[in-house]
Amino acid sequence: MSAARESVIVFRRQIRMNLRNPAWVLIGIMQPVLYLLLFGPLLEPLVGSFGVSTDNAYTFLVPGLLVQLGMFGAFFAGFGLIGEWREGVIEAERVTPASRSALLVGRLMRDVGQLFVQAVILVALGYLMGMRGSAAGIVLGIVITLIIGAACAAASNALALTTKSEDVMAPVINIVMMPVLLLSGILLPMTIGPEWLQNLSDLMPFKYVVDAVRDAFAGSFGTSSVLYGTVWAVVLAALATWWGTATFRKENA
Amino acid sequence: MIRARGLVQTFHTGRGKKAREVRAVDGVDLDVAEGEVVGFLGPNGAGKTTTLRMLTTLLRPTAGTATVAGYDVVEEPVQVRRSIGYVSQVGATFSGAYAGDEVVDHGMLYGMARADAVRRGQELFERLQLDGLWKRMPKNMSGGQKRRLDVVMGLIHDPTLVFLDEPTTGLDPQARANLWEHIQGLRAQHGATVFLTTHYLDEADALADRILIIDQGRIVASDTADNLKAQVAGDLVDLEVASPAQVTLAAERLGSIAEGVEVEGRHVRGRVERAGRVVPALLRELDAVGVALDSIEVARPTLDDVFLTLTGRSLRDAEAGEGQEAGTVLEGISS
Repeated sequence: MSAARESVIVFRRQIRMNLRNPAWVLIGIMQPVLYLLLFGPLLEPLVGSFGVSTDNAYTFLVPGLLVQLGMFGAFFAGFGLIGEWREGVIEAERVTPASRSALLVGRLMRDVGQLFVQAVILVALGYLMGMRGSAAGIVLGIVITLIIGAACAAASNALALTTKSEDVMAPVINIVMMPVLLLSGILLPMTIGPEWLQNLSDLMPFKYVVDAVRDAFAGSFGTSSVLYGTVWAVVLAALATWWGTATFRKENA
Repeated sequence: MIRARGLVQTFHTGRGKKAREVRAVDGVDLDVAEGEVVGFLGPNGAGKTTTLRMLTTLLRPTAGTATVAGYDVVEEPVQVRRSIGYVSQVGATFSGAYAGDEVVDHGMLYGMARADAVRRGQELFERLQLDGLWKRMPKNMSGGQKRRLDVVMGLIHDPTLVFLDEPTTGLDPQARANLWEHIQGLRAQHGATVFLTTHYLDEADALADRILIIDQGRIVASDTADNLKAQVAGDLVDLEVASPAQVTLAAERLGSIAEGVEVEGRHVRGRVERAGRVVPALLRELDAVGVALDSIEVARPTLDDVFLTLTGRSLRDAEAGEGQEAGTVLEGISS
């Protein structure tokens, strides 16, 4: 039996449980929507002085919020996994001959699907607020967002199976997320900061991803930012999927 | 069906100066023949679940080898998984999903076609008295129903070897008796080989052809319940003497047929070979010398007595004492 079929079985089971409680789409997207509505207007008079490729506050902000959605939303995916683990579901799946990567990939498909719905809602709202951008670029931006979302969801699942405790996981995510949020230029571009801060943010892979989505939205596909950001997203997704599969294989219990 | 040689599992626990290695399973050899029902008995923390997890490919042995259903657990885990069913201690279904969906998805992960999984699942629901619960969520089921659902999950792909880990822990007596019937049915109706762990003596006694006793990570005995009990010298006779003044007299009389007579308050106890044959004569004798009894109790040796004979500790002491320490460590790791 192919790993693809097994992934689909796992995915279908997950999505069935999610659809029973459709509030997830709305709860997950609340945060970026509030940023869009309540923070976006503050950027309108400022965006011209950022020295970025666009002078439209929403064309600047929406890509950042997309990446934020991809990271934060997906990072919480692991919490559901701890609940499943506690009820013996993970062990029951591990005792079947199904491929270990299918157990992870099926769950990532759910997370990416969920993220896609949320991304479309966010972009549509952004458009209503005045965002403008290249159609192809928006598609590319969403694709990059989905890749980085898959990376974060895989890492979150791996972390969940390693810690097996919501109480450990929540602070770990907070400790990781704050510097990521501040150093990725999600809300304001890093280019307006002092040199040391810019140098520091150069070490943050997510910054390149934000830049890539931003350039894609602006329609400039050929930039090195798009290339770097895409490469970073793919590399992180590959690493996290490898880590996640390893935890499903091992789950040292 | 199962053949294990020198299985070892070590865990590392503690940090810095407290770091130490715990040998949860310390060189286990065991053999289970096809069609056998084997009870794996031991106090909490003795290494039962850890051994089981190695045999079911969930945990890689630190050392040693095991062949399960003809396949090596390390080299051919996928073939092992295909051949075995596993009913774990904690359950196998999500509390907020429909029971039938969980069963069908589980069957499909074993490579079954949807229609086959549905048919087989419904058959098993009927056989395990879960009819009508296909569209029920486990969170709305009783403890007994939930355990039976776990058994269905373990049997969905028609395995030839079934592992059950503490199947009746936490069930009320009625649900327990009911599940016992179903476990007995696994071989009778289904032809399966069954390997079950338990720390209930009566459970191993009632279900298993053969009992393996594990203590502190090692197998200390492997035999039928009757043969194990035969190692304990005789049945326990407990006389409750009506008047404290007659206790010595009663002890003297019991001492003429029993070994190691003990007196505790008004109770006089001793072990007697084939109590059924000699106790009537004892009672007549006591009656003749005027000793009145409040109660008399004759108990066949229990597996608890066997455990005591083998290890010098009763099962309960083993759980309260050092066994418990290892158990806490183990549970800490497995939870």
